[in-house]
This record gives sequence, structure tokens and C-alpha cells, in this order.
Amino acid sequence: MLAKRVIPCLDVTDGRVVKGTKFVNLRDAGDPVECAVEYNRQGADELVFLDITASSDGRETMEDVVRRTAERVFMPLTVGGGIRTTADMRRMLLAGADKVGVNTAAIHRPDVVDEGSRAFGSQCIVVAIDAKRNDRGSWTVYTHGGRNATELDAIEWAREVTDRGAGEILLTSMDADGTKDGYDLELNARVSDAVPVPVIASGGAGNVEHMISVLREGRADAVLAASIFHFGTYTVGAVKEELAAAGIPVRPVMDRRG
Amino acid sequence: MPEPHPSRPLTGLIDYGAGNLQSVNNALLSLGESARIVRTPADLEGISRLILPGVGSFGDCAANLDAQDLRKPILQWLRKGRPYLGICLGYQILFEESAESPGVAGLGFLAGRVERFAPHAGLKVPHMGWNTAEPTDPSHPMWRSLGDDSPPWFYFVHSFFPVPGDPHVVASHTLYGAPFASAIATGGLWAVQFHPERSQDNGLTLLRNFLDHTKAPSPGYETPSRVP
Repeated sequence: MLAKRVIPCLDVTDGRVVKGTKFVNLRDAGDPVECAVEYNRQGADELVFLDITASSDGRETMEDVVRRTAERVFMPLTVGGGIRTTADMRRMLLAGADKVGVNTAAIHRPDVVDEGSRAFGSQCIVVAIDAKRNDRGSWTVYTHGGRNATELDAIEWAREVTDRGAGEILLTSMDADGTKDGYDLELNARVSDAVPVPVIASGGAGNVEHMISVLREGRADAVLAASIFHFGTYTVGAVKEELAAAGIPVRPVMDRRG
Repeated sequence: MPEPHPSRPLTGLIDYGAGNLQSVNNALLSLGESARIVRTPADLEGISRLILPGVGSFGDCAANLDAQDLRKPILQWLRKGRPYLGICLGYQILFEESAESPGVAGLGFLAGRVERFAPHAGLKVPHMGWNTAEPTDPSHPMWRSLGDDSPPWFYFVHSFFPVPGDPHVVASHTLYGAPFASAIATGGLWAVQFHPERSQDNGLTLLRNFLDHTKAPSPGYETPSRVP
């Protein structure tokens, strides 16, 4: 039976790990390669690197981080942030990423999703959607880390990008992100029901109950979290034990040394 | 990259342009194995075991193997029963055809067709994530040190799956909606739908099993030489 995935996310800038609260107040917290090795040891199912570097020099730094990670860690790695073209995608995939995430670039030029999935396969293309509740009872897509509203409806946008070839949706609730009050269950359920591809729930994880809820009522296929892992509130293994105890199918964590 | 001493078996890693070789190569390197990248028939000279990894589409894979004149040598290799490990598309391409690329001929070494998962309520496509492989014969060398107590977990990412014409070649089943053949083994040929290079310790163990099983310089893999 396919397991629900537990995915730590590392925000990276200029080759160092940060964790933002609502994308401000960045705090340097270590070497991303070492963090990746630690999450591998803990039994993470996948890893996401989100490159929030502004400068173009930083892109090369990120490529190097991906390359060094892929030499040491044998689990699926997704890289997002600053990927605009198929050339950017190719660079990250050749460096060792398995999937690339696009967000703003897909909104500015949706064809990049078609092009990426044609060139590398749908399974490589993750579209990240930052969604915020509006006063019409639906969700609006935002760009630039939640600063700029678009005209797009999140559910419709999710449908469009999967039609264009996205193999997975990384869905972040901008209302919940950084609050630790739980994922937006309704948003996740609506998107998950609307698309045929897996949905990774992101934004709002404060404890394992939140993960259980979004995997169950939110019908998500995977949970992404940063700070609760990053600051040691939980290990991946501890999360999986609690998920398993709640009857959620997870890949058990083996006793691994080293 | 230095190649091992000629008396040691040399691993060939087929590069047909579309696949990301580096992750498989990294996994092999972590096991101390320096593979030779194979792009032309001449590159096969001196190779004693072959790995065909793969991402991309069935049609692209077939077209690229043709463009690189590799179709015939690979088929000859398989017909001789020489050691081959197919991963993902390197598994699917062994069959006659695929729903992914209608009209395109696969290698056709094995009878059967590659089908698409039919999405329905609760079944997302691609089949993406960790799932178990239930060995049909747990004593097969492929599964050595894997799943002694319970079926081993591997990482999958695919929308298509082979349906082998000969059920005897199936080495494991995986349940996704319905059971499908997640691995096959027949003679020197092993092939898996999942990604050992992305399956942490279990994946490295399976790759190690393939290398250990094909240690003998001559293709004496029918009777494996087990070195304790």
C-alpha cells in the first residue's frame, strides 16, 4: 500500500539553511547538506530544498548544494525557488534533483509547465501554489512568498497546471503558514479532489494531529513541514510512529546508524 | 574516472540522453563501483554487466536507443542472458509496446505490454512515493537482506506499469489499486519499476545484491558465486 509521505523542507539562501516565519525574520540555521543527511538518517521520505536566494550567484551555490546532497543522500529531492525556464530545470535535475518546483514562473508563463513536463516527464514537475482565503469563500493564488495577489483561483489553477502536465502540487496555505495552528484542511481537500495528481500539504504544521487531519480530512498525499522538524520539536521517526498509531499508512523508520 | 582492473567485472551504465544518470551513478559510487557510461555500441566492449536507468517517455527511450545504435547490441546482450539491471523505463522498454507511446516498438525481449494506471477516486497518478514490493520468491538473490520480516519498501514514481506475458518472470508484486509486477527476474535479467537509487538503504542493498550476484567475470550468474 502506498505510504503517506513525510517531507521536511529546508529553506536555503546563499547556501545556508534558514527558516522564515511567514517568510520574514530569517534565521541562519546550518549547512543544508548536513541537514539533508540528518533527515535521511531520520527516515524522511523525501526532501525539499526551497531556494530563496535573490541573487543569481546564489543559484550556482544552490546547484552546488544539490550536487553535494545527491552524492550523500539517496532519497528523492525536490528543488524549488528561482526556477523559470527548462534550462533552469535541466541544471537542477543534472545536479541531482529528482523534481523541480515552479511557482511564480508558471503564473507568469504557464507554458513552462508544458515544456518542462514534455522535456523531463510530468513526474519531475511540481507546481507550488501559494493560496490565501478571500472573502468570496474561495482561495486566491499569491506570488512572491505571499506578497502579491494574482487573479487566479487556486482550485482552477491547480486544475490548469495538472492539465498542462504538472505531476504534483505543493500546496501552501498563506493563512496557515508560520502559525503552527494546523493546515488549511478545506483548501487541501478541495484541491486534492480537483486534480488527479498527488498533493503535498504545506503551511501550518504545529503538531502531529495537524498532519493526521490534513492526510485524512484534507485528503493530502504528503505532509511538508519545516520548523517542527528543524528545531527538533519532532524527529521524522516520531511523527511517523504517531501517524502509524493513528492508522495512517507510513513507511516505518528502520533503526539506522550513522 | 578510473576503471577497475580488467579482471574485475566492469559495470556499464547506459546513457540514452533523456535519463538522469547521475543519481544511479552516485548510488553505485557509494557502493565503491565506478561504472562506465555507455553511449555507443563500442562502449560496451569489456563490460560485463549493464544497467539501464530511466526517466522520460517510452517513445523517447526507444528513439534514442535507435539513434545511438544500441537497440541491437542490447537485445543481443539480453538474448545471451548476460547480467542486466533495468530501472523504471529500463524495465518497461524490455516489453513489446506501451500505452505511453502507441505504435513505438520496445525492445520486445519480453512478451507483454506496458499499461497506464487508470485514475479513479483515491488513486492518484503518477503512483508516487514509497510502497512495498512483495517478493514472489524471497530466496531470490535480488531480495537478499531485504524484507526478512516484512516486504521491503521502495520509492516509486511512474504512471505506467508492465504486464508481463509470462507470469513466471515476476519477482515481486506491488499493490496500487490492483497488484502489478513491480520487479521481474529471469536468468541474468533483473528489472524493477521502483528506483533503488532513491530508496535509501533498501535501494542500496538491492544494487549491492545485483553487483554481488554478477561478480563472476564470465556470465556464470545462473549459479551465483556467493562470497560470504
